Amino acid sequence: MTFSPALEERFAALLQKYPEGKTRSAVIPMLIYAQDEVGAITPELIEEVAKRCGVAPLQVDEVVGYYSMLHRKPLGKYHVQVCTNISCMLVGGEELYEHAKKKLGIGHKEVTADGQFSLEEVECMGACSWAPAVEINYDFHHFVTPEQLDKLIDGLKKAH
Amino acid sequence: MAELVKLTIDGRTIESEKGTLLIEAARQNGIEIPAFCYYEGLTLQAACRMCLVEVEKTPKLQVGCTLPVAEGMVVHTDSPVVRQSRKGMVEFLLTNHPLDCPVCDKGGECELQDMAFRYGVGESRFLERKVHTDEKQWSPVVFFDAPRCILCYRCVRICDEGIGVKALGVANRGVVAEIVPNHHDHLECDECGACIDICPVGALTSGIYRYQTRPWEMEHVGTICTHCSDGCRTTLGVRNGKIMRGNNRDRSGINGEFLCVKGRYGFDFIEHPERLQSPMMRVGDSFEPISWAAAAEEISRRFKAVKERGGKFGIIGSNHTTNEENYFLAKFARQGLGTNNIDHHRTGDLATFFDALSGRNDALATTADLYSASAVLIVGNDLSQQHPFLAYQARANVRHHQAHIYTVTSGPVREDNYSVGSAANVEDLRDKLKSEKDLVIVFGDSVQGDALRKLVAFGDSLGIPVKYVCLVDYSNSRGAFDMGVVPRDGGMSIDQMLAAPDLDVLWVVGANPLKRGSLSAENAFVVVQDLFLTETARRADIVLPAASAYEKSGTVTNVCGEVQKLKQALKVMGAKTDLEIFGLIAKEMKLNLGIWLPDKVFEEIRKNVRGYNVPLPVVATGGAAPTLPLNGHVAALPGVIQSAGDTLFTSGSLSKYSKILNAVMEAPGGLYEGSKER
Repeated sequence: MTFSPALEERFAALLQKYPEGKTRSAVIPMLIYAQDEVGAITPELIEEVAKRCGVAPLQVDEVVGYYSMLHRKPLGKYHVQVCTNISCMLVGGEELYEHAKKKLGIGHKEVTADGQFSLEEVECMGACSWAPAVEINYDFHHFVTPEQLDKLIDGLKKAH
Repeated sequence: MAELVKLTIDGRTIESEKGTLLIEAARQNGIEIPAFCYYEGLTLQAACRMCLVEVEKTPKLQVGCTLPVAEGMVVHTDSPVVRQSRKGMVEFLLTNHPLDCPVCDKGGECELQDMAFRYGVGESRFLERKVHTDEKQWSPVVFFDAPRCILCYRCVRICDEGIGVKALGVANRGVVAEIVPNHHDHLECDECGACIDICPVGALTSGIYRYQTRPWEMEHVGTICTHCSDGCRTTLGVRNGKIMRGNNRDRSGINGEFLCVKGRYGFDFIEHPERLQSPMMRVGDSFEPISWAAAAEEISRRFKAVKERGGKFGIIGSNHTTNEENYFLAKFARQGLGTNNIDHHRTGDLATFFDALSGRNDALATTADLYSASAVLIVGNDLSQQHPFLAYQARANVRHHQAHIYTVTSGPVREDNYSVGSAANVEDLRDKLKSEKDLVIVFGDSVQGDALRKLVAFGDSLGIPVKYVCLVDYSNSRGAFDMGVVPRDGGMSIDQMLAAPDLDVLWVVGANPLKRGSLSAENAFVVVQDLFLTETARRADIVLPAASAYEKSGTVTNVCGEVQKLKQALKVMGAKTDLEIFGLIAKEMKLNLGIWLPDKVFEEIRKNVRGYNVPLPVVATGGAAPTLPLNGHVAALPGVIQSAGDTLFTSGSLSKYSKILNAVMEAPGGLYEGSKER
């Protein structure tokens, strides 16, 4: 498996970053960067990362199973993540998530038919002071109301 | 001596080496801190939370398995808070753990049962339905019952660290976390079953043992595995004359808990339907059963006739029979029949080895040396395949003592994964080896004759203490050589016997030379003692049913020259031990070869065989006594020396008749492919 030159460069730097014999530490960053480029964690990608980090494929598989930010199936172009943990819940996080489900017509970890959007109910993302919080891909949105969420999603639809 | 620190555990002041883990310090002083995930020799996990203890001046309970002792530490392992926490942990572990103890294999020897009994509460506050998943079969020998698993990660660690295979992992997290095999629905691994033994509960179960018996119904017989030459002790669970399982949970023997697939499962050849149960005589093209008396009479008559007219005997001994049997057979040949034509399938050049190291008994490595030496050099052998215990020792040495492994092998081997130097030639490693503190050189059958002398000269030229292991194949290959089942003083080797057209008698004990070779002497009288009708037995005039190593007492000598005692686990109807058979024939021939009781013969061996004057109490109590055979010149022997090249899953004809080893070989997986070809 080969990646874009930029990503290859990033991986090369990553493997240099850790002490000798500790390249397994690169598994998580490699997976998350590769996921952004490939779209999902495929079995081939697991084999590749295992080979590059010098660990067994099963050990990479364990990591993929453990971390909820690593996905085995491709996500939508825009991955909408709504927090429903306690701080967000207290100020309408759950209602926001229900609204998002209706708005997009999909449920937890599902993708719209056109592949544009995917939705995920996530645990705390450390934005409690600005609850309720939504993250779309890597962008945070604070104090989100259902109306604002509609606007955000509609805006993304138009941009497309 | 390392620095000592003083601490107080449960009101007792104790001293412990700095850096010791609290759980170990407590154990050494007879205070038990309960734990599931902590396991001596494996990396720390701190997953089970059973070992939480109260340490004064720290606000929260501390994890005893990862906390090093410190000066002045005051620990309480049995305070109300600790007791409460343990109760909570056991209750928590039991939320999804099924209470099927009455049918669980582990029932009676389950650590969770013991913990619940000692530290648990009688009731549970959880009313929710238990999460259930069906049990899965991962290989012919490994089954997994996920709901019973308490996620202590012991299996994952023993497979990765101990065995070096990394076949197990943990998928998902939280309540749905589950141990998974390396190939989605099945395992491709050594099938050693270490994960099953180490499992504190009944989550991993053994394909041959599951739902067969309750642990307390078995007798436990510690004996030596009859397959490869490493000499592992396997403790056989025997019920009603049937071996139910093999393991070594009590860590008796040189191997501690380690066993490979053969030691743990490879005993079912004993009850194979084709097992011989009566002496048989050739009548035309077929065999007819005869009595032992008639067989002995016929053999005696023919042997005597050949002896009287000065005819030619050829005697082939075994790699699996005991020292006592080998000694008695050699005596039978030389004193009883007056012949030196005695040999066995030699798998390592021990003659040259002993000659090259003559007078230097300290140059013989023991299995323990592989664990303690600062470096190990492996020459011409796939250690993980052929000598799994030696490989395990070396691996443990790397893990625990940061030892350096070097390999000089023709193909890739597992040891390459953690070796610090691989080369095509030992000379290329000279500079690196010179800087080691001490070294053990382990070499296979490709190093023989001059090459062996050269290797010893190379080792000696390094200027560091070097010990050697000359690898041989089977459970008593070393003993067969030591007891004189070799063609010294002008005797004929196996190939010479088979090629001699005028051979009058061929007497084969527990060997199968006609599997590859053929017998030239058409009129030779052939006697075969074996468990099965092998290729050689089919050519016999008289076949005698022999007992396997699990059916007899006696001693065997492992690859490193350590003598260990066999303990009879069961009797098989119709078969006699080879020693009894020799005695029977000797008696019939009116030869005075001495008493043929194993203990008596061993006494004689201790007196007469070079290096075998081992301390009797060590052997009698199940210890491994190193022999010291290196004094004086050993003449070179005629004949071929070649390893049978067995793999992890094969063991000559024994594995052919083991259903479970065959099932493992037929199961899917790249690791077995090498075995299939044999």
